[in-house]
Amino acid sequence: MIYHEVLVVGGGLAGLRAAIEAHDAGCEVAVLSRVHPVRSHSVAAQGGINAALGNHEKAQDDSPERHAFDTIKGSDYLADQDAVEILTSEAPVCIYEMEHWGCPFSRTADGRIAQRPFGGAGYPRTCYAADKTGHALLHTMYEQTLKRRIRVYEEWQVVSLAVEDGRCYGVVALDLRTGALEAVGAGAVIFATGGGGRIYGNSTNNIINTGSGMAVAYMAGVPLKDMEFIQFHPTSLFGNNVLMTEGARGEGGYLRNALGERFMEKYAPQAMELAPRDITARAIQTEINEGRGFPGGYVHLDLTHLGAERIMERLPAIRDIAINFTGVDPIYEPIPIQPGQHYFMGGIDTDSTGATEVAGFYAAGECACVSVHGANRLGGNSLLETIVFGRIAGRHAAGYVKGEGGEAARSGLAKVMARVLGETEKKVLRVLEADGPEDPADLRDELRETMFRTVGLFRDEKTMTAGLEKVHELRERYPRMGLRHRGRRYNLDWARNLELEGMILVAEAIAAGALARRESRGSHFRTDARERDDESFLKHTIARLTGDGPRLEYRPVTITRWEPKARTY
Amino acid sequence: MAKLDIERIRLKVYRFDPETDREARIDTHDVPYVDGMTVLDALFHVLEKIDGSLAFRFSCREGICGACAMFINGSYRLACETQVARVLREGHRELHVMPLPHLPVIKDLVVDMTRFWQNYEAIAPWIVTRTADPEKERLQSPAQRKLIDEYVGCILCGSCFSSCPSVWTGREYLGPNAMMKTYRWVVDSRDDAAVERLGRAGNEKGAWRCHTIFNCTEACPKKINQTSAIQGLKRRTVAAMLRGAR
Ligand SMILES: Cc1cc2nc3c(=O)[nH]c(=O)nc-3n(C[C@H](O)[C@H](O)[C@H](O)COP(=O)(O)OP(=O)(O)OC[C@H]3O[C@@H](n4cnc5c(N)ncnc54)[C@H](O)[C@@H]3O)c2cc1C
Ligand code: SF4
Ligand code: FES
Repeated sequence: MIYHEVLVVGGGLAGLRAAIEAHDAGCEVAVLSRVHPVRSHSVAAQGGINAALGNHEKAQDDSPERHAFDTIKGSDYLADQDAVEILTSEAPVCIYEMEHWGCPFSRTADGRIAQRPFGGAGYPRTCYAADKTGHALLHTMYEQTLKRRIRVYEEWQVVSLAVEDGRCYGVVALDLRTGALEAVGAGAVIFATGGGGRIYGNSTNNIINTGSGMAVAYMAGVPLKDMEFIQFHPTSLFGNNVLMTEGARGEGGYLRNALGERFMEKYAPQAMELAPRDITARAIQTEINEGRGFPGGYVHLDLTHLGAERIMERLPAIRDIAINFTGVDPIYEPIPIQPGQHYFMGGIDTDSTGATEVAGFYAAGECACVSVHGANRLGGNSLLETIVFGRIAGRHAAGYVKGEGGEAARSGLAKVMARVLGETEKKVLRVLEADGPEDPADLRDELRETMFRTVGLFRDEKTMTAGLEKVHELRERYPRMGLRHRGRRYNLDWARNLELEGMILVAEAIAAGALARRESRGSHFRTDARERDDESFLKHTIARLTGDGPRLEYRPVTITRWEPKARTY
Repeated sequence: MAKLDIERIRLKVYRFDPETDREARIDTHDVPYVDGMTVLDALFHVLEKIDGSLAFRFSCREGICGACAMFINGSYRLACETQVARVLREGHRELHVMPLPHLPVIKDLVVDMTRFWQNYEAIAPWIVTRTADPEKERLQSPAQRKLIDEYVGCILCGSCFSSCPSVWTGREYLGPNAMMKTYRWVVDSRDDAAVERLGRAGNEKGAWRCHTIFNCTEACPKKINQTSAIQGLKRRTVAAMLRGAR
């Protein structure tokens, strides 16, 4: 059996940063990822990463405290304030480290890291590399893993987590190229498997963001936290929902409805286009719903007044994408945009060291919920979270392995792994041999359409109840699906439909959490309960998987310095 | 983008599983056409609705992750950002989708990129500095940053490597991408290892293997001019040798 002291699942920013840290702490580390690391979703992040460096002339008195306050207010007070303070105070250290590692940030005239304004932030504090920040960061991080010769299992898909008596022993993974199922034992496992945007329709996420890490953990008994908080990005391309970064508005872009009005003045008169995402996305959808959008359902993101030079220098990829996919050149014409599903604030329940309630099992990045984003994430804080908490999780996992935790895990290893491998083998073969009448592609499409429509930007009891019923129906139909191909080698039909079960279970946790939360907070907006209700709901939702779906529990939010106040912009 | 008045598009796709097939074949599928459809969308239609055994790589679907480089109607392209309509406007009547040429096929459109990755690793593609890290950032002027801008845009898709005759014929040539990336570090104002980098690029595996055929530059979906980077390497290697000889 394969064994590694620390096994990181996921080759995005959080995973690679965790691997580097555990390696530098003296552990033997491997990364396992279902795509080559540089193909991970982190590479697609555009706008930037937040840190109170104070490099912008308008941000000289910025500070980690101000960054923390903006994050907490942005979260609609659901973030844990101790965790947010870690995020924002570690931010400058982490950004300078990336720069020392060679990250090609854009620069100010005097050679420092350039920063731009982003939504919901009091100061321009979003560091960027043009509009390809994720690409710049991920390639730099990958270079550092090459330098350390960290082993990568490329195109391996984790299907189950080995847990017994509250302790984690490793994972079982499918080697996509051979189709073999392998047990991979580990002293500690860190999940950095990213978000689940593709559980929704109209998503800005890459195609492989299916939430499979969250699902694998959930199915192994690890609870998920705050799953009902789904971020919808205001500006995704009309048609295929490729993201048009918030940086486009940070650089001065306007939103206009079909009447040509800058409608944000009705919704956020101070912040205008740079209001937080939840507010801006709902504003756009309201304009569309009330008939002030363009036919088909979109509004305009207008950059034409910025001029060719600024667009080419600061937003070159945005321009390429708009031209490639819609034929619109933003230098001359406004871009058609609509809100799209964008980010999971919730995820695997961890504390601020990345630890879960299962000993030896850690999570970091978008798949985890620490929670630093609460009910609404600020743009530029997610990339930051991957690096800050990837590093922290790597350090703590290494500490666990070096301490007695590792020893204890190893003693029962062979037996547990054999059991989990056997059970997983049965399950994956059942899927490979499935020959029922249901078309899994239809199940997936129905799931996505249902989630976007019923647990979307605007929610209410009746619609969500219907949505949850539909998800239950899909759960029942799943075992009756039929696959088209039964070979084992590089079988995408198999690999993708194996995950479908987990997508349905995670969708169920989202819908159940949203139904139970009878208030509006951040991204969770209910037309039948429009106010925030701190008395009843200033608390985290914890979902545990049981035989008949999720069982919900609640946990208090950690408040340190900032008492909840009304949230206006 | 102008609408196309067609209902279906004919897709011819390369199929080969080296473990079970004696030789490759081309499958033909008629795929329903919708406006805005990309080549990747067409492949997904085949996978989900016609033939679940088709293998291809994908991730971001927006031209930034480098997973889906293929040889489409005679050109290197990213399947995800190639609109079917554009291919047809070039005068083609059907789609021809092939894996990256000259690389071993794992299955269908999925190629073995091992040599590409090994060559990339061989050039030590990470920053090397000789001074202690400052407390804040190392300063780099916008003009210095501009020198690397083109090269840091590389998405490691492998198209240039696949297109290079010197790679096909010389097993040891590291290839246009590895050379371009070497140059990226040589011209980065923050890196202190130019001498070692030029030494590595100046040997028989390196820049002198490039015969300025420009296939790579033409193949690159990110319009990176690897050839001019390689010319830059050659110039600097010569200059370094002359300095050394003095
Ligand atoms: C279009 C877009 C733009 C964005 N721009 C910004 C921005 O400007 N600023 C910002 O702060 N945030 C941004 N975000 C959010 C941010 O990019 C992500 O939240 C972040 O990159 C997630 O990183 P990660 O390391 O957690 O996961 P990812 O980068 O998604 O990596 C997940 C990894 O896990 C692996 N994996 C998943 N499941 C399995 C499995 N079952 N087995 C094996 N491996 C598995 C994958 O192969 C992958 O390597 C953006 C998001 C989108 C969609
Ligand atoms: S230089 Fe261009 S063709 Fe070569 S790997 Fe990079 S992006 Fe691809
Ligand atoms: S899928 Fe990422 S470049 Fe095409």
